[in-house]
Amino acid sequence: MVKAERVCKRFGSVEVLKGIDLEVQSGEVMCVVGPSGSGKSTFLRCVNHLEKVNAGRLWVDGQLVGYRQKGDKLYELREKEVAAQRRDIGMVFQRFNLFPHMTALENVMEAPVRVKGENAKEVRIRAGELLDRVGLGAKSGSYPAQLSGGQQQRVAIARALAMKPKLMLFDEPTSALDPELVGEVLDVMRDLARDGMTMIVVTHEMGFAREVGDSLVFMDDGVVVEKGVPLDVLTSPQHQRTKAFLSKVL
Amino acid sequence: MNAKDDQVTVGEPETIRAVPVRHPGRWVAAAVVAVLVAMLVNNLLTNEAYNWSEQWKYLFAEPVLNGVRNTIWLTLAAMVGGVLLGIGLALMRLSANPLLRWAAWLYLWIFRGTPLYTQLLIWGNIGALFPALGIGIPFGPQFASWETNALYSAAAAAAIGLILNEAAYMAEIVRAGILSVDPGQQEAAHALGMGRMLTMRRIVLPQAMRVIVPPTGNETISMLKNTSLVTAVPYLELTFTAQTIYSSTYQIIPMLIMACIWYLALSSVLMIGQYYLERYYAKGSVQGDAGRGLRARLVGGSGGAA
Ligand SMILES: Nc1ncnc2c1ncn2[C@@H]1O[C@H](COP(=O)(O)OP(=O)(O)OP(=O)(O)O)[C@@H](O)[C@H]1O
Ligand SMILES: [Mg+2]
Repeated sequence: MVKAERVCKRFGSVEVLKGIDLEVQSGEVMCVVGPSGSGKSTFLRCVNHLEKVNAGRLWVDGQLVGYRQKGDKLYELREKEVAAQRRDIGMVFQRFNLFPHMTALENVMEAPVRVKGENAKEVRIRAGELLDRVGLGAKSGSYPAQLSGGQQQRVAIARALAMKPKLMLFDEPTSALDPELVGEVLDVMRDLARDGMTMIVVTHEMGFAREVGDSLVFMDDGVVVEKGVPLDVLTSPQHQRTKAFLSKVL
Repeated sequence: MNAKDDQVTVGEPETIRAVPVRHPGRWVAAAVVAVLVAMLVNNLLTNEAYNWSEQWKYLFAEPVLNGVRNTIWLTLAAMVGGVLLGIGLALMRLSANPLLRWAAWLYLWIFRGTPLYTQLLIWGNIGALFPALGIGIPFGPQFASWETNALYSAAAAAAIGLILNEAAYMAEIVRAGILSVDPGQQEAAHALGMGRMLTMRRIVLPQAMRVIVPPTGNETISMLKNTSLVTAVPYLELTFTAQTIYSSTYQIIPMLIMACIWYLALSSVLMIGQYYLERYYAKGSVQGDAGRGLRARLVGGSGGAA
């Protein structure tokens, strides 16, 4: 589903990603851990083309992200084509980023109606079902400011799901939550994984990674240091850097 | 533990009845204000120069009503045009294209750096600069051309002058509004596959409105008063109408006060409109000034009191 080959990303002279090689199979849940500033968010943003890759190649569902290849030349995609690629990728942010001027239901309905031009009545029904699914059927008329952090994040997940994505990206979805609200969001993500959604999850929740993740990636300083089955990486890390990191967070 | 139990059994604590702090300063201030108001009222009632009957005669006279109508439509036209052009200029200022950014900056530099009155004088005499207007290829042949003064009325000069000037100020207000929206909002919209224009229209501008609406309301009230400057064109709005009347009747002060009464009435209506607009765009925010009552907003002071 996702394939990264020597992906590099620079901000000015700072090299943030230094050649990432990764592959995520369809239906796989890949968890990404690593210290702050190691480039986890940047990698997710590259997958969604919110950032341009400077070198290397990145494919999602067999399509090169952000470019079209003709012969050995790359052509930048137009804004419309980039937007079309993003429709199939859902993203959930650390700070929710719900649209504050819209109710929960309107947040979920916005993209299918405005981007895909789907019939508003049908979308309304589907959006209601999605809110039910994340346990917020009763809150569909609430504005984000009237919801708790955990509820907002669940609305954000429903909003991403409304576009029927093939891939979901989660960037520390529980890091901004009070501890007692983390569980409700992880429950929703666990359900999603069970339904076979392909997911890349940047997280500090090692318990979730071990239980739900099919693979665990440890990133440090812009490179993938270690990748493997979560339980193996967590209990018997092969690299010194992984050991040092895990001893701090576990 | 015991103390707490005691409290529960005693029940409601006794309501405090303390002697309030005295505020002698307030009494002095109130007395001064009362004397000043009394003097003003006395003057208004006894000074013949106000000539209230003359004012009353003209307040709803047809020429005055015509001036009022012209003032209203000029204000509306200037604000609608100014807001639309201002949004365009703000988007240019925020554009990735350096030429567009520079052009917008140049526009603001010129229109904010020169007085509105002078600009209006120029628009009133533009026929001297461009004797004819035509449609054609730049630097090439013209397909059609008209004499400027035939096309261009005093009304058009007044409206164009006000719109172009207002756009420069609105551009900065809109830009500040757009910049006030959390960048995460655009990111979330893009991640959902929304394009740049759609994101601007559906996500960014509606949120920017909360920052844009209050100063735009103030701009509208200023514009109502600034329309009086189109006497420079000249165009027959309220103030110019008052001037033309007193130039034959010599009732200068009564006519000017009559104009002020109209301006006050119109700006009061605008203030009420602004209150409801702000309340509408505060949608989705829990806190915010817009929660205060209409009366408190117009008169000032704190919401609950009085
Ligand atoms: N737009 C940007 N411009 C310049 N530098 C950036 C930008 N975005 C990220 N960086 C830098 O890139 C590095 C990696 O950032 P990134 O957000 O990917 O880290 P992260 O692994 O997600 O960290 P965290 O756990 O704190 O979220 C950081 O040093 C950051 O300062
Ligand atoms: Mg991050």
